[in-house]
Amino acid sequence: MSVTLDIKLKRANKVYHEGETVAGVITLSCKEAMQHHGISLSMEGIVNLQLSSKSVGVFEAFYNSVKPIQLISHNIEVAKAGKIPGGKTEIPFEFPLNAKGNKVLYETYHGVFVNIQYSLRCDLKRSLLAKDLSRNCEFIVHCQPQKAKVVPAPVNFTITPDTLQNIRERSLLPKFLIRGHLDATSCVISQPLTGEVVVEKSEVPIKSIELQLVRVETCGCAEGYARDATEIQNIQIAEGDVCHGLPIPIYMVFPRLFTCPTLETTNFKVGQ
Amino acid sequence: MHYDFMNYVFFCLLCKKNRRSRWRKYEAELQRCHPEALPVEFGDYHPLKPIMVTDTKTRRGTRKGSTSSSSSSSSSAPADPLSSMLDGTDPLSMFAAASTSETSALSHGGSGGVSSHAEPAERPGLKKKGKTFKNDFCFQDLGRKKRVKEEEPIGADFEPWSTKRGEILARFTTTEKLSINLFMGSDRGKAPNPGTSAVSEKVRTRLEELDDLEEGSQRELLNLSQQDYANRIEELNQSLKEAWSSDQKVKALKIVIQCSKLLSDTSVIQFYPSKFVLITDILDTFGRLVYDRIWTMCSDPRTLPDSFTAEDVNDTAKETCLNWFFKIASIRELLPRLYVEAAILKCSRFLSKSGIQETLPRLTAMIRGIGDPLVAAYARAYLCRVGMEVAPQLKESLNANFFDLLATFRQVSGDSVQRQLHLQRVEAPEYLTLYSPAINWILQCIAYRAPEQLLTEMMERCKMMVNNALLLNSIMRAFRPEFVATRATDFIGMIKDCDESGFPKHLLYGSLGRSLACADPPESERLTILNEAWKVITKVRNPQDYMNCAEIWVEFTCRHFTKREVNTVLADIIKHMTPDRAFEDAYPQLQSVIRKILTYFHDFSVLFSMERFLPFLDMFQKDSVRVEVCKSIMEVFIKHQLEVTRDPVILNAMLHICKTMHDSVNALTLEDEKRSLALLIIGFIRMVSFGRDFEQQLSFCVEARATFCNLEPVLVQLIHTVNQLAMETRRVVKGNHSRKTAAFVRACAAYCFITIPSLSSIFSRLHLYLLSGQVALANQCLSQADAFLKAAVSILPEVPRSISVEGKLRSSETFLLDFINNFLATLLVVPDHPEHGVLYLVRGLLNMVQDYTWEDNSDAKVRVYISALPLLAAMSQETYLYSIPKVDSNETLYGGDPKFLSEINKLCETLIGQILDHLKTLTRDEQSVRRQSALAFSLFGVLLAHGDLRNNKLSQLSVNLWNLSHKHGHCETRVSVRTLESIKHQAQQPDMAHLADAIQRLALQSRT
Repeated sequence: MSVTLDIKLKRANKVYHEGETVAGVITLSCKEAMQHHGISLSMEGIVNLQLSSKSVGVFEAFYNSVKPIQLISHNIEVAKAGKIPGGKTEIPFEFPLNAKGNKVLYETYHGVFVNIQYSLRCDLKRSLLAKDLSRNCEFIVHCQPQKAKVVPAPVNFTITPDTLQNIRERSLLPKFLIRGHLDATSCVISQPLTGEVVVEKSEVPIKSIELQLVRVETCGCAEGYARDATEIQNIQIAEGDVCHGLPIPIYMVFPRLFTCPTLETTNFKVGQ
Repeated sequence: MHYDFMNYVFFCLLCKKNRRSRWRKYEAELQRCHPEALPVEFGDYHPLKPIMVTDTKTRRGTRKGSTSSSSSSSSSAPADPLSSMLDGTDPLSMFAAASTSETSALSHGGSGGVSSHAEPAERPGLKKKGKTFKNDFCFQDLGRKKRVKEEEPIGADFEPWSTKRGEILARFTTTEKLSINLFMGSDRGKAPNPGTSAVSEKVRTRLEELDDLEEGSQRELLNLSQQDYANRIEELNQSLKEAWSSDQKVKALKIVIQCSKLLSDTSVIQFYPSKFVLITDILDTFGRLVYDRIWTMCSDPRTLPDSFTAEDVNDTAKETCLNWFFKIASIRELLPRLYVEAAILKCSRFLSKSGIQETLPRLTAMIRGIGDPLVAAYARAYLCRVGMEVAPQLKESLNANFFDLLATFRQVSGDSVQRQLHLQRVEAPEYLTLYSPAINWILQCIAYRAPEQLLTEMMERCKMMVNNALLLNSIMRAFRPEFVATRATDFIGMIKDCDESGFPKHLLYGSLGRSLACADPPESERLTILNEAWKVITKVRNPQDYMNCAEIWVEFTCRHFTKREVNTVLADIIKHMTPDRAFEDAYPQLQSVIRKILTYFHDFSVLFSMERFLPFLDMFQKDSVRVEVCKSIMEVFIKHQLEVTRDPVILNAMLHICKTMHDSVNALTLEDEKRSLALLIIGFIRMVSFGRDFEQQLSFCVEARATFCNLEPVLVQLIHTVNQLAMETRRVVKGNHSRKTAAFVRACAAYCFITIPSLSSIFSRLHLYLLSGQVALANQCLSQADAFLKAAVSILPEVPRSISVEGKLRSSETFLLDFINNFLATLLVVPDHPEHGVLYLVRGLLNMVQDYTWEDNSDAKVRVYISALPLLAAMSQETYLYSIPKVDSNETLYGGDPKFLSEINKLCETLIGQILDHLKTLTRDEQSVRRQSALAFSLFGVLLAHGDLRNNKLSQLSVNLWNLSHKHGHCETRVSVRTLESIKHQAQQPDMAHLADAIQRLALQSRT
């Protein structure tokens, strides 16, 4: 007597904004009619913070994980204890997406030390003889797009051996001059990062030019706060000895799940 | 045959037991029959004459004597039946004529078909794909249809990639060892069939697979030969499809990424273009898979229209599509990110209208990040290829690609490239040619239906930025020939000053020549162009290079110049190719030179008066090639030589060529090959005519017989030619031979007489003997005619019981019967030899027929007897049905001598006796009864038509025969009824009243 439980959201992309309604159906399919002790559905939004072992000790990192922050929590009983008929049963549901109390709904984000996750969980309780069933389904929360139009502020940059930091022997470096610009210093997260880079000259042949996307996560707790920079993604924009003097495009699509708009709260910060 | 007897009515006569055949007035009968007979049958049937097919030759009338039409050979004007029989009665020549026209039609089709062949509209990739996953099956069709529709902005005149593909694979090869560096196990994908293997094993392989994929285990395959490499890539292609169909989309993507990563490896650089072809095949497969899948997803309730927009696409499909793009955008390496995105570019259609429009320029710009110029050039070629397929209307990014290419072109001579070349020991010219497929393709895309001024701009730009030989070459290859042709002089100038930098100039001239071969430069410049070009070409040292280039320019020369220039070119080619027997390696090119010359020079007197043409032919020293060349010349000759010729130059040259073909025949030559050679030679012989110089024609035939003795059909044709010559002579002297002409026709007869025995086919011999006999008779050569006919009779016993017709063994009986009937008809006019007995030949023939071993259970012998009766009846007439002018037939020789008549009657009696004896034996079973009925009916018909039924006995006999034939009800009632009607009709004639009595006695028995 197998039964499968599934949650299907109405929106294919599972992206919701604050104030909207999360709607979908719970589908149950079993071969024959089945007894159960109630079906419940809960919605949760949680921020998980973890301390980096770099900034605090290993043990502290292990033990001192900061308490998760709950952003939203709803629970409803979908069906009372009873019987579901054989075949496929669909139970529709709806949740309003509103923050709990005075909390703010942050955007979904999967980072290293900070995780913001929203999920639906459906539980099906059964008699002692059969195991309870449960099903998780993550959905994604995006902030409302900003109303105010952002004026892109382009920025030019020049890289020479002199501009580099963390260099011990500056004289050992080959001579080179790289110029370029980024089309905006602060980007709209749904739009790609664009710009150009020009290799004006380089003494040695170039092997590769790569673009690294880094996030900075800051977690605060009783002992102070920890700040860490980690790589999100790294893409190559030039391979081999590129033609000098020719602008090479900089282009990167932000991986939506692993990035979020720069965020500052009392307890944690995320920035890219 | 019995149902044909109705027709006997028109001619014919009688004989029989009353010792006198029915008296016939042919003229009167003819006139009487005419008006009513004509509409039904054309009256040209004669039982003694085989059915005649006139005018089977659709080709030009080579035989002047064959003009008599069916009506003239019919009963209306049987004045000279023999001469009218001359045409086409010989089945051999009929076959020959028929098959000549057939093969010529074929060869026409063949030559015309080449161009349509050259355009294989379908892509090989399309065909290969798919079968692996059934779900998408119907979609492929839809998708394909759609593709076709979308390509409308690209017409059929756009040379598709698929044609280039094979060319590149064949051209860029290597013997060096290759390696594939993959970061995952690819061939693990071929897991053992699920279900057959134990679960644990399945799990294990699955786990291993996961390990492979997850850990990015590096596998390096070293020391692969080129073929191995191609196989590996094909394996990857397969495992991609497998992974896809088993729903391992991520694995599929990984395979594609790894494959495209291979494209950044230029370690065996000579192979790079081929590698590009192989790997982009995989990318294409992947692109199609993704596209088809999304297409399937969004056509859930109903299929999308071909011209769908993003709004028609449902959310799930959009989300999936978007996911693909996100996934690809996060690929770390540049090259795979670029290639894979390009591969699925078409899917942008699902997301937004302007997606492709925005993506193409971005990808174009991205290519700037590729450092290696060769890799970049090919990436651009791929992008253009995809761009042309999904959005042919977007020209800007094509142009942008080209301009970027120009901008980065200086890298080719940069340090890093040079270092690499040095390391791999590749010479600069070879390296540069590696670019040509990519650049050609890009330029082809740009030039396609581009406005003139854009092309001019491109050209100027190339000139200004880098007047480089490689680019120039590609421009000439890619731009419209008309465009190049009108600027040919400019191009020559550019070729002259361009920086050679390792790219050989003869290739440039080759490309220019290719354009000029299809489009005409301004008239005033043509000679200068040729001179300039040839100046360079002739200096090319390497024979192979020289030949490649010269071959192209021959076409230009033939197109615009006279034989003088072509001759010079040929002389130059001979000069270059003779040393060290260089021509041995260049047969295909040399052949193509010949082909091109033949396309433009159809006047063979001009062609052969080129003094270098035959020496040029002498360069083909390999037998098979030489024969092929000869054949192609002959084909053109037959097709285009419309007038008969006696030009000694042509004759000598053609004889030489035909002899070459003939001499290639040996014991191993296939029948078909022999046949086609024979047809070609026959075609030539037919075109030879010395006008009224008959003697020379005859001596030509003598020479030809000596030359072509191994090909029977040619000998047959020669005999026909000579016979025709004799008839022509007769026509010229209007039948009155002088001593000289008489000697000549006898010489013709002699020619035939000694040629015929050398033929192996018995029926050819029989028919030719008969035909030659008729000709000799028509030319009053009585003893020759006698000899021919006697020879024919004497070889009758040799006729085998079965002969092979078109490879199948068939009974020869029908052929033999046809022949004998034909022979009998001739015998009517052959006068008896004074030294032999009466009806010497008829008796001889009948004796042979009697002694011949007929098939068991065959009525053939009796049929011959039955058909001999009308002949005998005709012979007993006072005036014969037909005669040959100036030849006295038996009618005149014997003048109705009663002894002669009684001889005939005796013969008739014997024959009828024999027939009746035979009829008596046919009573055993159903089968023989049926035969008996048929035979009896034929005999009845003959008696009715030719016998004098006033004689009681004869009339009784015919009534008996009628009854016999109806006795068992095997007669067709319809035929019987018509026979009766016809008899009634005849009975109304004044002297036929006696028939009315006979009718009374002919009971029509209904079938019971």
